[in-house]
Amino acid sequence: MSSYGGSVHLRRRDAGLRERSMGVDSPLWRLDWLLALAVAGLVGLGSLLVWSATRQRMLDADLDPTAFLKRHLINAAIGLALASVAALVDYRSLRAYAPVIYVLSCLGLIAVLSPLGKTINGAHSWIVLGGGFQVQPSEVAKVALVVGMAMLLAEQRDGEDGPRDGDVVMVLLLAAVPMALVMLQPDLGTVLVLVFIVLGVLALSGAPARWIVGLIAAGALVSVAAVQLGVLDDYQVDRFAAFANPALDPQGVGYNTNQARIAIGSGGLDGKGLFQGTQTNGRFIPEQQTDFIFTVAGEELGLLGGSLLLGLLGVVLWRGLRIASRSKDAFGRLVAAGVVCWFAFQSFVNVGMTLGIMPVTGLPLPFVSYGGSAMFANLVAVGLLQNVHLRSRDL
Amino acid sequence: MSRRADLRLFVLRVVVVAMLATLFGRLWFLQVVGGEEYAEAASANRVREVVQPAPRGEVFDVRGTPLVRNRTALVVSVDRSAVVRQPDGGRAVLERLGTVLDRPADVLRQEIRPCGGGVQPPCWRGSPYQPVPVAEFDAGDRAGLMKVLQIEERREDFSGVTAEFAAVRDYPKRTLGAHVLGYLGPISLEEVGSPQYEGVQPSSLVGRAGVEASYDQELRGRDGVERLIVDHVGAVTGSDGETAPRAGDALVLSLDAKVQQVVEQALQRTIDRARTLRARGSGLPLVADSGSVVVMEAKTGRVVAMASYPSYDPAVFVGGASPKEYAALVDEAQGAPLVFRAIQGAYAPASTFKVISTAAAVESGDYPLDGRYPCPGVYPPTGQRNFDSAPLGVVDLRQSLVKSCDTVFYKFAYEQWQRDGGNDPVAEPRDPMVRMAQAFGLGERTGIDLPSERRGTVADRAYKQEYWEQTRENRCKGAENAALPAERRRDNREFCDDGNRFRGGDATNFAIGQGDTLVTPLQLATVYAAIANGGKLLEPHVGRALVSPDGEVREIAPRVRSTVPVSADVLGYLRDALAGVTQPGGTAAGAFAGSPVAVAGKTGTGEVANKQDTSWFASFAPVADPELVVVGMVSQGGTGGTVAAPLVREVYDGIYGPGGTGLSKALPKVVP
Repeated sequence: MSSYGGSVHLRRRDAGLRERSMGVDSPLWRLDWLLALAVAGLVGLGSLLVWSATRQRMLDADLDPTAFLKRHLINAAIGLALASVAALVDYRSLRAYAPVIYVLSCLGLIAVLSPLGKTINGAHSWIVLGGGFQVQPSEVAKVALVVGMAMLLAEQRDGEDGPRDGDVVMVLLLAAVPMALVMLQPDLGTVLVLVFIVLGVLALSGAPARWIVGLIAAGALVSVAAVQLGVLDDYQVDRFAAFANPALDPQGVGYNTNQARIAIGSGGLDGKGLFQGTQTNGRFIPEQQTDFIFTVAGEELGLLGGSLLLGLLGVVLWRGLRIASRSKDAFGRLVAAGVVCWFAFQSFVNVGMTLGIMPVTGLPLPFVSYGGSAMFANLVAVGLLQNVHLRSRDL
Repeated sequence: MSRRADLRLFVLRVVVVAMLATLFGRLWFLQVVGGEEYAEAASANRVREVVQPAPRGEVFDVRGTPLVRNRTALVVSVDRSAVVRQPDGGRAVLERLGTVLDRPADVLRQEIRPCGGGVQPPCWRGSPYQPVPVAEFDAGDRAGLMKVLQIEERREDFSGVTAEFAAVRDYPKRTLGAHVLGYLGPISLEEVGSPQYEGVQPSSLVGRAGVEASYDQELRGRDGVERLIVDHVGAVTGSDGETAPRAGDALVLSLDAKVQQVVEQALQRTIDRARTLRARGSGLPLVADSGSVVVMEAKTGRVVAMASYPSYDPAVFVGGASPKEYAALVDEAQGAPLVFRAIQGAYAPASTFKVISTAAAVESGDYPLDGRYPCPGVYPPTGQRNFDSAPLGVVDLRQSLVKSCDTVFYKFAYEQWQRDGGNDPVAEPRDPMVRMAQAFGLGERTGIDLPSERRGTVADRAYKQEYWEQTRENRCKGAENAALPAERRRDNREFCDDGNRFRGGDATNFAIGQGDTLVTPLQLATVYAAIANGGKLLEPHVGRALVSPDGEVREIAPRVRSTVPVSADVLGYLRDALAGVTQPGGTAAGAFAGSPVAVAGKTGTGEVANKQDTSWFASFAPVADPELVVVGMVSQGGTGGTVAAPLVREVYDGIYGPGGTGLSKALPKVVP
């Protein structure tokens, strides 16, 4: 930690002063405001994009054109509340809650596979709660996995460089349960996010390199075997085939990616203007307010808007990495690292998919895509980052 | 934090930066590098061009009588791509459609298959992406409308089937002039976008025969295009402008429907009558399988009437001829009615050719116009006989034409052949008769404004050489074939050895229009027009004028191809001699007794291997100032004097006789 500049020490001293002067040292003052602003920017931009993506189709159906926007904003508000809880809850109790969250998410994933589960947009990953509410337990599982792994791997530290093999095996078993359950839905995209989280957290925990390399090799083997043995559903293989060659079936599997690329490409430098996208208003891109939300940014806001969006994501990741490196303990570092891996991988796959450089896997873009469960999970994760940040200040 | 974890955090940073950089790079590539291309794709995506077909120009005769019009019809079409994509491959829809239209579903399925790739008819010859018309009902056909109504009312049961009002061709004069008018057919995939069919939409019909084909560009106009803005399911959300369709020009033909009517009736009656007659020699009934008549203005080459028997109803092509119908139209056994014999049938001209032989004999300087020449029953050097073996003594050229003496022309041709070296020809033979035939345009298309005209053949030295080279191998084998009779083998041996040699018999045959020389009735009409009009070889036309939608008239000017190398004296002599043919003592005297107009002409009786004689009469009238050329031909129709000459007489009667049609000179006022 020798890299920290003097100014940081100074601010820490200030913080101590404020703490002593009662009240002024509320956690609000000590939040990572850059992180908060970047997330707010993404949510705000996302709201506009969701609005634009749904406005025309709602108008066509004689429905309230702002219906999606309103729900999106409500989701964001609920997410903000959840994030506040996650940020302010006591660090130690967070560890205590970890097993509970983990078990709950696994139960949720099991429920999805039971008759309670529901298929929405081709993904069987929902539980309907009634009253128009539904949750996606796989989003909760991401949070659970991050916190659960961080708890297990952080406890095993007494002078060693990293966890022992036994700990790694235990963590892998822990991770295998939700991954297997999500795979059964089947939701390949979320499984890949979970894999990336596991890899990231394990690596940051200091686990022996052979495990990291071995896991990557095993993952590659499993993928090849899955395709060869036909474990994957046809549509999953098709998506990859269409990714490799979108011209294969322009009206079928390749349709989404083709239309997405046309939308983004036609946006040019400064876009066609908000609500002015012809591809968006013509509804050429299915799932546009969820998985393909980035196409609205690309088409209507152009390279400038798309870059702004990527930039804001970059700020979130940068702050997450910064929080990880400044965490006072292993738990905080692993939580932060897990969240960064999650956001980074999911954003890359989502945007890459709309740009035609990643296969279609049905992952939403964090903070931007429409969808309650994902919004809650993402904001809770930001809350966790803030929690870790607040602790690191306590040094 | 351990150093290991520190290092790995650094690696994670690098990975994150790399991911973001990759996304930005790709975004920049798509939007800045490929931006324009994608902008076009987005525009193509959202704009659907809807074709507004231009009304096709109508066709009128020289008096302004409509021959081809447009009428509104309900056309039922099947979009094959939409039908086969249905879960059951469209079986249910085609079954239902078959029930409504009263046609087997299997036949409908065959008719909508695209041709090509080994698919045999019935199949669809147009673009595979174009809905295939399967039924067409007149707007006034109540029963048909009820059928279409069933389809319209149960749209969900007839997915992929459309019923739309469309303009279709209508023929107020029914079959009259069918060959000249032609018909329409769908444009093929290869033709779409070619210069000849520039601007023609893939779903269009284009002219396939007759003036519909030769004046296709003028008649078709220019389709309008409306650019509709659509969404992802093709629902229209607005318009992005349109170009209005421009109607095609109206076409006024030089054809006179009244004369055409006379000609077609005369041809039909002549064929019927010929079939009651018996062939010369064999005594068998005449087959009279086909025939043709050309009526052309002698000074301009404008075709007044042109008929071909058997004919067909052009209406079978409206909405697409069924494969069975089309097969019948080209079936030889049924006389191949689609063949336009006036320009696509080639026959030995026989004695009608003697005007060319005479001109060649005189213009070569070998035989004076006022000379007298022997006409024996047999020409000794070749042993060839006169037509009816009757010797006429010593005659002048006029008599040899009026009486159609063969041996006089044998003598001219044989002696000229000898002067060219005979069997051992000089380096550059004069071949006066071949040259004269070519100067009269034989062996070349007349250039009439109709498609698929045949050239005919001038059986000259080059032709013999070529024919020999092409068939020699087979014939040489035949010379050795012990299975053949000795006579056949000897023939084959001779041909194998020197079949390329232009013999004396070839020259004498050529002089009387026999052998391998073939002409179309229209070619012969241009030959006789040249004699009638003072030597101008004309390019015949059936198109007289084009009238644009705004009323601008563009006349199609007559064109002289060349002047034949025959002096006015000789031409005058020929006209006078031909006038004698219809007078007492001439070969057509019987046919023209009491003719309302003085006719000059020449009979011809063409001998055809394994078939009955071709009956010819080529003529012009009135003799004093020739106005019309009329050529009549009946295949397997007996002698010229007994069949073709009365046919032509009937045509003249219909025009010049009491209550005749007369001729129309002025261009009619036609409003497109």
